[in-house]
Amino acid sequence: MFDWMAWTPVTAGFFGGIAVLLVGMAGLEVVWPTRERKGLLPIPTTRGDRLFIGLLSSAFVHLGWIALADSPVYIATILCAIWVAILLRWA
Amino acid sequence: MINKTDNNRAWLLVVPVVVLVAFSAIIPLMTVVNYSVQDIFDPQTRIFVGTEWFREALLDERLHGALGRQVLFSLMVLLIEVPLGIAIALCLPRRGPWVSFCLILLALPMLVPFNVVGTIWQIFARADIGLGGWLMTELGFDYNYTASPLDAWLTVLVMDVWHWTSLIVLLCYAGLLSIPGAYYQAAQIDGASRWAIFRYIQLPKLTNVLVIGVLLRFMDSFMIYAEPFVLTGGGPGNATTFLSQQLTTLAVGQFDLGPAAAFSLIYFLIILLICWLFYTAITHLSTR
Repeated sequence: MFDWMAWTPVTAGFFGGIAVLLVGMAGLEVVWPTRERKGLLPIPTTRGDRLFIGLLSSAFVHLGWIALADSPVYIATILCAIWVAILLRWA
Repeated sequence: MINKTDNNRAWLLVVPVVVLVAFSAIIPLMTVVNYSVQDIFDPQTRIFVGTEWFREALLDERLHGALGRQVLFSLMVLLIEVPLGIAIALCLPRRGPWVSFCLILLALPMLVPFNVVGTIWQIFARADIGLGGWLMTELGFDYNYTASPLDAWLTVLVMDVWHWTSLIVLLCYAGLLSIPGAYYQAAQIDGASRWAIFRYIQLPKLTNVLVIGVLLRFMDSFMIYAEPFVLTGGGPGNATTFLSQQLTTLAVGQFDLGPAAAFSLIYFLIILLICWLFYTAITHLSTR
């Protein structure tokens, strides 16, 4: 049925990860509602804002990495995971 | 004290929209992501290539050129249309029989379909049969938008200004009408100059509509396709080839689905970033 979408294991894993993140964030919101706060970033953010900023900046870091670095992309992924964790905790 | 009852069943009403968006946007976007990491020969034959298409797109000189032209075009559109729109809105009559006439006249260009605008200007700007082109030649300018990149740029810019300045005008006009008369009376008592009234009363009150106007104009100009495609076809050379047209050439002209998908995603991320910046600006301005 979804053959026309040309799935690959990597992209399936990527979207699976995003889906898990969204469901996890929605569940977390029910048991532990977010409150807007101001941390590292110059603007007050909620938990969802911080995740979005983290994911969007990670996308650009990956693009920069692909264009400029010769090292494997997973290094950028590890760096971005740390960056998103920092944002979620301290931003 | 009012007791607020949480009724989450209302969320069910959002389900049709979610389903619709999933079919019209999210599933196609997922397919684009899948395409961007594969070399697609036909529906059955495809090879996983990892980040190769992204690297190719990011290092492609033609795409750099198209992105540069696109950013320059959008900035010029904003620099011309926003001040011009505010100026026209300030000059419009506030009451009387001319109000409807002016508003309809201004709204007319926005009602014309994009490719028709391109066709109108293609004829209008031709030196042999078009009034605009003939006038420029008669005035002594060596004007030919099919041969000179500068003329082509000017024509595309003037066309966009003609098509879309009205949007800024109408937004600003609505914003100006919503300013209570008491502000002007207070300014009159203080003996404020025309400039002071604009700077300290009208402009601050226009901030919200202007942010929305700038967002709309930026996004529209950043995605412009039909008008320059019909008017100049991206030429002369590729002087007026903007991002959408470059993408179409890649995807439909050369049928390079993988590279085109990678390029679409980069384009999408740039637009997402700009939208987020504007969204953040709007929400912070309105809560301030």
